[in-house]
Amino acid sequence: MMPKILTQARLVPNLHLIEVRAPEVARKCRPGQFVIIMPDERGERIPLSIADWDAKRESVTAVFLVVGTTTRKLASLRAGDEVPVFVGPLGRPSEIGAFGTVVLAAGCFGIGALWPTARALKTAGNRVIAVLDAKAHYLLYWQDRYRSVCDKVLFSSRDHALGSKDFIPKPLEDVLHHDGPVDRVIAVGCTYLMYASAQATKPLGIKTIVSLNPIMVDGTGMCGACRCTAAGKTKFACVDGPDFDAHQVDWDQLFTRRKSYFDDEIRSLCAWEEKELP
Amino acid sequence: MAEDKDKKELAPEFKARLRTEFEKDWRKDLRKTLPVKDRMKLSRQKMPEREAGERNRDFNEVNLGLTLEMAQAEARRCLDCANPLCITGCPVAIDIPSFVKLIENGHFLEAAWKLKETNSLPAICGRVCPQETQCEEVCTMKKASGVAVAIGNLERFAADFERLSGSGGIPPLPPPSGKKAAVIGAGPAGLTVAGDLAKLGHSVIVFEALHESGGVLIYGIPEFRLPKAILKAEVDYLKRLGVEVRTNFVVGMTATIDDLRNEGYEAFFIGSGAGLPNFMKIPGENLVGVYSANEYLTRVNLMRAYAFPAYDTPVLKAKTAAVIGGGNVAMDSVRTAKRLGAERAVIVYRRSRTEMPARTEEIHHAEEEGIEFQLLTTPIRYFGDEYGRVRAMECQKMELGEPDASGRRRPVPIEGSEYTIDVDLVVCAIGQSPNPLIPQTTPGLKMGKWGNVEVDWTTMATSIPGVYAGGDIIRGGATVILAMGDARIAAAEIDKYLRR
Repeated sequence: MMPKILTQARLVPNLHLIEVRAPEVARKCRPGQFVIIMPDERGERIPLSIADWDAKRESVTAVFLVVGTTTRKLASLRAGDEVPVFVGPLGRPSEIGAFGTVVLAAGCFGIGALWPTARALKTAGNRVIAVLDAKAHYLLYWQDRYRSVCDKVLFSSRDHALGSKDFIPKPLEDVLHHDGPVDRVIAVGCTYLMYASAQATKPLGIKTIVSLNPIMVDGTGMCGACRCTAAGKTKFACVDGPDFDAHQVDWDQLFTRRKSYFDDEIRSLCAWEEKELP
Repeated sequence: MAEDKDKKELAPEFKARLRTEFEKDWRKDLRKTLPVKDRMKLSRQKMPEREAGERNRDFNEVNLGLTLEMAQAEARRCLDCANPLCITGCPVAIDIPSFVKLIENGHFLEAAWKLKETNSLPAICGRVCPQETQCEEVCTMKKASGVAVAIGNLERFAADFERLSGSGGIPPLPPPSGKKAAVIGAGPAGLTVAGDLAKLGHSVIVFEALHESGGVLIYGIPEFRLPKAILKAEVDYLKRLGVEVRTNFVVGMTATIDDLRNEGYEAFFIGSGAGLPNFMKIPGENLVGVYSANEYLTRVNLMRAYAFPAYDTPVLKAKTAAVIGGGNVAMDSVRTAKRLGAERAVIVYRRSRTEMPARTEEIHHAEEEGIEFQLLTTPIRYFGDEYGRVRAMECQKMELGEPDASGRRRPVPIEGSEYTIDVDLVVCAIGQSPNPLIPQTTPGLKMGKWGNVEVDWTTMATSIPGVYAGGDIIRGGATVILAMGDARIAAAEIDKYLRR
């Protein structure tokens, strides 16, 4: 009785959506939580942020960037396939409240990961502004979803096709200066986007929340792979987070620890490609 | 936390049953076949094991198991005492003389069934129990001749014999009680409770957070000490008893205890273990290449990183691996590092050899396999290279002072004794704390000061009616067999509760 894939599709090049039938997880999950997934019996356990859920379909959806062996394996799955592990929801849910004006900065898989938060913040009565970033305009997705709940949605992409061509923090800074006062910033995406967002908001003293993405194994606090430093203290992102105050995070350590297996990841990918590609 | 509670007085009705077994004719006859003084002259059968230089390069099991003849020869050493102390040394009170004498008599399957009356996981206990501080410590033969009967090796023999014979039998089960119990965690405690409750006729579901059953038996204890096939066979036996295991289910997150109560579960056993690794809080501990033992062993055991890249999960390899700690987990980690190719694999322990909590056999095996021991030593900081990877550690020598609360002499740092050694892998095996997920999500559950769940030690009942707990979640990092001892008490109490 393994969890069954309902949808696995390419959203935009290199970014995929996976919808898995997981009734218990769908009943319980809240914005900001994640699942641990393992693509096959020999696979690795990796965390994926929850991007949506559907009580009727009893399903949970995640968006992921195809980057290594595990995500390539996931991207090759089809509806009807099963995965041996899809466990959750894990991590503490994001804090949702009536903060006032909240600016969301998202890129890559983070656009998916931040969607439940955007929706919940609107319901909680906030003025919500989203800054969605991508390398090129055709790598953006879910713009309509964000438009449906946000008071304002801005885009930035290096190809200059939609609004700003600058990478975050520039477009974020523009919002902070022109659409203020801003009560809270939430940034989700690659480590650099979150780090850059933190740099932009620090001088302004705006509370900024990031969803950290260290390497994990069990996801329940058992192994400590995901330890990171916040406010000078070692924390486990899986049970103490994944949300942290961006201004308290030791970013250098996070960047370094995320690269722990850089060589092995390439070796693993080469081994997989040799086996799977013609 | 509970050492004094672990040596048990046997209940009068249990003593009476032991007496009945003792008085059986076949036991009397067997005792007559060899006088006690001759039995005392027999020497202990040595467990056959693979050669150290061969086994420290792979993950196959170290011990090969006693042969039939060896097992019977060893069983003959048992004096079949009228007042067998060994049983009082066993946390689950196995009727040891009965199963040993069944082996002596050649009734190997019956010996295994005798074990399974009180212990659902004998092939595991025979391999991982610290017998030398339990049954074998109080063995009369030890007092008489200096060398205890190899009870653990015999337990392993009987269980292995049954498994290899493919008998696959289960005891007769009572009619279903119609009651449903939830067991949280498929580790040693949870599996034991599940087995006992199933044998009492209850419907049992075990909820396990990971994707395989076994808890520490699958993620912690390595293949070379406890092969996964053995664990699988023991879990399959429980499934034949009717136990259902639901993996990938994190109680506290996927559903809370209250949610499960609403689904019709009437009683609960929390056996979620010591899943929270301790660190020393010294500089450099978050460098790449510094692992908790939990992570290091989970990568290698549960995720099969030793077979990377055939399996996707990697683990860092080392020239020099330092493992901090002196317990079984430290021995498992250091021997794993050696097997993964470390030129030097070093135990760094702050007390002396005498205080090491690891099983004697594990320390002995580690020494044979070329593990170095830097005793009376503690790390005080780690140094990283330009890529943030650990490259060296600074250590300090210690001396032993006055005994502390645990009764062991407290290590005291020697000023000016600091020195640095080059290491490219560190595994921190200094203990675990109880996992906080269940306590955090179960309102009303009374907690102790170490983050452990509080129980009444005579019943294993928590502060919530119908909720029991045992193993490392109440002890904070003990042994498989103590967890199973808690579980047996809890199962009996849960049975009473369900039939109230």
